Amino acid sequence: MITLEHIYWLTGLMMAGVSIVNWRDRSNRRRFNNTAFWGIYGITFLIGTELPDLVNGFLLIAMVLVASIRGLGQGADDSSRREREESARRWGNKLFIPALTIPIVTVAGTIAFKRLTINGTPVVDVKQVTVISLAIATIVALAIGIVLLRPSPGAPIREARRLLDAVGWAAVLPQMLAALGALFALAGVGNVVSNMAQRWIPLDTPFVVIVTYAIGMALFTMIMGNAFAAFPVMTAGIGLPLIVHKFGGDPTVMSAIGMLSGFCGTLMTPMAANFNIVPTALLELPDENAVIKVQIPTALILLAANILLMNFLVFRR
Amino acid sequence: MAMTRVVLGDMVLSKNLPPGATLCAVFSLIGVVIVVVGFVLRINPLLVVTVAGLATGIAGGLGPLEVVAAFGKAFITSRYVAIVWLVLPVIGLLEDAGLKERARAVVSRLRAATTTRVLLVYFAIRQITAALGLTSLGGHAQMVRPLIAPMAEGAAENQYGELPPATRNRIRANAAAVDNVALFFGEDIFIAIGSILLIKGFLDQNGVHVEPFQLAIWAIPTAVCALIIHCTRLLLLDRRLRKELSQDSKRA
Repeated sequence: MITLEHIYWLTGLMMAGVSIVNWRDRSNRRRFNNTAFWGIYGITFLIGTELPDLVNGFLLIAMVLVASIRGLGQGADDSSRREREESARRWGNKLFIPALTIPIVTVAGTIAFKRLTINGTPVVDVKQVTVISLAIATIVALAIGIVLLRPSPGAPIREARRLLDAVGWAAVLPQMLAALGALFALAGVGNVVSNMAQRWIPLDTPFVVIVTYAIGMALFTMIMGNAFAAFPVMTAGIGLPLIVHKFGGDPTVMSAIGMLSGFCGTLMTPMAANFNIVPTALLELPDENAVIKVQIPTALILLAANILLMNFLVFRR
Repeated sequence: MAMTRVVLGDMVLSKNLPPGATLCAVFSLIGVVIVVVGFVLRINPLLVVTVAGLATGIAGGLGPLEVVAAFGKAFITSRYVAIVWLVLPVIGLLEDAGLKERARAVVSRLRAATTTRVLLVYFAIRQITAALGLTSLGGHAQMVRPLIAPMAEGAAENQYGELPPATRNRIRANAAAVDNVALFFGEDIFIAIGSILLIKGFLDQNGVHVEPFQLAIWAIPTAVCALIIHCTRLLLLDRRLRKELSQDSKRA
C-alpha cells in the first residue's frame, strides 16, 4: 500500500537534491545557508517519523535560525527570456500536455484509488487519497515532460531548486502555521477568545448574535489562519447556545454560512500563508501582502452579504 | 479595565480550578499578540511563528523542552501541507522550455481576450469544478504561476503593449486572488469536502444532527454572492487597466 510516508520520502529526496544543487552553486553568496535550510528540511521528510519529537523540534528551530539570521540567497537564473520564447515556438502546444496532466491525473487518481484494491488491500491509503494522487500525478507529468523534452539528467532538480529558492522560506511557512495552530489548540486559545466575546458584547437580540457569530468566525479565522480551527470554538461558544437554542435558528443554515464567513477571514490574513503569502512569492511580487490587498474588498462585501443571508435564512421557519 | 472584567468573570466561573489557572488562560493569548506584532513589524514570519509557538506552549504550562518537542511533533504531523512542492521539478522544466511564453502567445492570438475575460473564465471553471469536488484542478504552483498569470498578462500586453511593473504585479495578484475566491466559495457545495465533514462531525458531537446534503445546499447562496461580487470587481479591473494604460501611452 502506498502511504503518506512514501510521499514524504519522495519529497525528502527532492529537498536533498535542492540542497546539493545549492551547495555546488557558486553564484549564490549565501549558498551554505540554502544548503543547510533545504538539507534539514529534507531530513524531516526522510526520517522525521522515526526521530524523537524533541530532535524534530530542534531541527525546526535550526531551520528557522538559518532562514532568519543571515537569510537565504538565490542563485543565478541561466535562461533568458529570448531563449525561452524560441523554445516555446519550437515545442508549441505540446508544452501544455505535462502541465495539464497534473490536475487531470490528480482528479482521476482521487476517484480511482478509492476503489482500487489488490487482494482486498487498497493500493493507496484511502484517507490520504488526494495528496497521494497529487504526488503520483507530478511523477507522471515529470515522466511525460522528460520523454517530450529530453532535458539533461539533472535538469528537473535544478529547475526545482530555481523555483524553490524563488519562493524561499515562505515554502515552509504554511507548515509552520499549521503547527502553531496545533499549539494554540493545546493551550486552549479558542475558549479564551469565545469567553471574551460572550462577556463584552450584549448578545440579547438575534441580529447582534448573528453579526457577532459571523464576524467572530472571520476574525478568529484571521488569527488562526484556518476556518476549521475557528468553527468549533465560535459554534460552541455562540452559535449553538444562542442562535440555535435560545433563538431557534436552523443549525444547518447557521453552520453552512458560518463556515463561509470564516472563509472571508481566510482571504484577509497572512496566517493563511499557503493561499495568500506563497502565491506572492511564486509570482515574484515585491509586496508580500499584494494578494490579500486584492481580496479584502471581496471578503468584506461577502461577509456583509453572509450576515444578511444568515439573518434572513436562519429563522425562516 | 476590560481585561480585569474578563479575569474576574472567569474566576467566578472556575471556582474549582487552582488559583492562577485563569491568568494562564489569558496568557495563552500571548502567541496571538506576538503573531500580530511580528507581522505588523515585518519581522521574518518563520521566526515570529516559532517564538509565538514556544511562548504559547510555555504559557499553557509546558516546560521548555516539552514545548520544543510539542512544536516538533506538530511540525512533523503537518508535513502533508508541503507535498504540493513536488510539482516544482516538472513545472520548472516546462517553464525553462517556454511554458509561460507559450501561454502568453496562445492568448495573444485570441483577439477577444482581455485580462478580465481570462480571469472570468478561470473563475467560472475553478468555482464549478470545485463545487463538483474537483478542488485539485487549480492551485498557485500548478496553474496560476505557469498558465493563468501569463495568460492574463499576455492579454493585457496584447491590448496595451509592454506593461509597467506595477500593472503587471496587480494583474498577477488578481490571478492568485481569483484562484482563492473561486475555490473557497465553490468547494463547500460539494458534500464530501473537509469543511462539511467537520461541521457534521462537530454538530454530531453536540447532539445536533444535520445532513451533509443540506449543508451543501445552504452554501449555494453565498457561492452566488461570491461570483457576483468578485466578477463585478474583475470588470472594474478592466476599466482601471484601460484608464491607466491608455493615459500611459498618451504620455509616451
